[in-house]
Amino acid sequence: MSPMESTAQRPVAVNAPVTDLDPYADAVLDDPYPHYERLRELGPIFYLSRYDAYGLARHAEIDAVLRDPATFCSSAGVGLANFHTTAAWRKPSIILEVDPPMHARTRKVVAGLLAPASINKLRPTFEQQAERLVDALLQQGGQIDAVPALCEAYPLKVFADAVGIPAQGRETYLLPYGDMVFNAFGPVNERFQACLAKAQQGAIEWIGEVCKRENLTPDGLGMQLYQAADEGLLAPDEAPMLVRTLLSAGLDTTVFTLCNAVLSFARHPDQWALVHANPALARQALEEVLRYESTFHSFYRTTTRDVDIAGVQMAPEQKICVLIGSANRDPRRWGETADRFDVTRRAAGNMAFGTGIHGCAGQMIARLEGETLLTVLARRVKAIHLEGAPSMHYNNSVRGYTRMPVRLVAA
Amino acid sequence: MPTITYVQPSGERQTVPADAGATVMLTAIAHGIGGIVAECGGAAMCATCHVYLDPASAALVAPVSEVENEMLESAASGRRENSRLSCQIVVPAGDHDIIVHVPSHQV
Repeated sequence: MSPMESTAQRPVAVNAPVTDLDPYADAVLDDPYPHYERLRELGPIFYLSRYDAYGLARHAEIDAVLRDPATFCSSAGVGLANFHTTAAWRKPSIILEVDPPMHARTRKVVAGLLAPASINKLRPTFEQQAERLVDALLQQGGQIDAVPALCEAYPLKVFADAVGIPAQGRETYLLPYGDMVFNAFGPVNERFQACLAKAQQGAIEWIGEVCKRENLTPDGLGMQLYQAADEGLLAPDEAPMLVRTLLSAGLDTTVFTLCNAVLSFARHPDQWALVHANPALARQALEEVLRYESTFHSFYRTTTRDVDIAGVQMAPEQKICVLIGSANRDPRRWGETADRFDVTRRAAGNMAFGTGIHGCAGQMIARLEGETLLTVLARRVKAIHLEGAPSMHYNNSVRGYTRMPVRLVAA
Repeated sequence: MPTITYVQPSGERQTVPADAGATVMLTAIAHGIGGIVAECGGAAMCATCHVYLDPASAALVAPVSEVENEMLESAASGRRENSRLSCQIVVPAGDHDIIVHVPSHQV
């Protein structure tokens, strides 16, 4: 079967509001929030007719589905294609796209590696690198394209160093690789095909090479995965696969989170003034960025049995699109100010990293990166001016930018 | 109705009503209790809802699971024998008061 063919089974009868909205259209990705509001108002569940999938856009239903992996599984793939009912056109992830009990074994190793106690020793290095980067940008006058100069540069340095891969090639290959992986969490559309073609021009090969044991630093996260395999906690061939997972899951997402942070603060100078006045707010402010401009917007779960969601019955092997970017704006959860960017809000518990057993295992290192960079910016930069329209980076599941001209005004 | 008493490092005590089946973390958030951060929202992934369960309440709740046990190693204020993640403590039905001690810091 060609990967372009729709693999979903249309339910015999759809007993839910039907919408022909394409959540992946450029025009929707440009500003998804009004569309999300309409989807939430359709009801607790709706049907995406273009993709033969149900959709959830409210916080409560999404939370319930993500916390019930026995009923709403990941092993059929977290993209639109169902790997149970059709031949998988790509190799499923050995941590993201497996179910219990297999999942727990791999998860335990990766979660331990990325738990706060393990990553806290990285904090001084991250802080130093953040200071070095921000100082250099300010010394050059602060007139920058924030995407490459700040939002890409920082994770490409600190996270890739933490994993322990060689420096050469990072800028060229790491981000296109992650871009392909995240595009695969949606439909196999033209956007994905173009991205795959780009990744095939060296990125996939390069990633395979840097994940080999001999190319990793002796004390990095990557080498620790090989050591876990030595101890029998992972199969030998799983170590390089999980190093690759760290690189694919951990770069583009943090880059885009930082893009969303810079843009949100450029557009809301009053909120930056609060963080500048009190840099200790940085971590909480980052959480509000994650809620307000969710890095991750949607992915899928698949039913394992006959199930009823809000009165809508569906059969096993039914794909359900989970719009977490909408859950993060749901006034049922966040109140009437859900659409307001407010760093004083208690935004913890937002869905940007998902939740449940497949919740992002790297969320604490992502927070550490965001907090350390925002803290330095808060101390050194009194204002962030947008100097032109930012250019959207279109991807099927994550949202960020390719260009963002800004001026950082030194404090 | 079950209640939960949160004891702050200062000794301040706040007793709030709780729903059976809710968690000690979610109840804290709903009542604006300080010192329970819960960054990951209750997925046992951040260890920022760490509390010390009062010995008097130990028999009321289910023991530490394997996942919770692993994550407790990351508790910022130091793990003790009675350390728990409050997102993993489910409130039992009945007229019990669960007493937890909030640590000095979570990050």
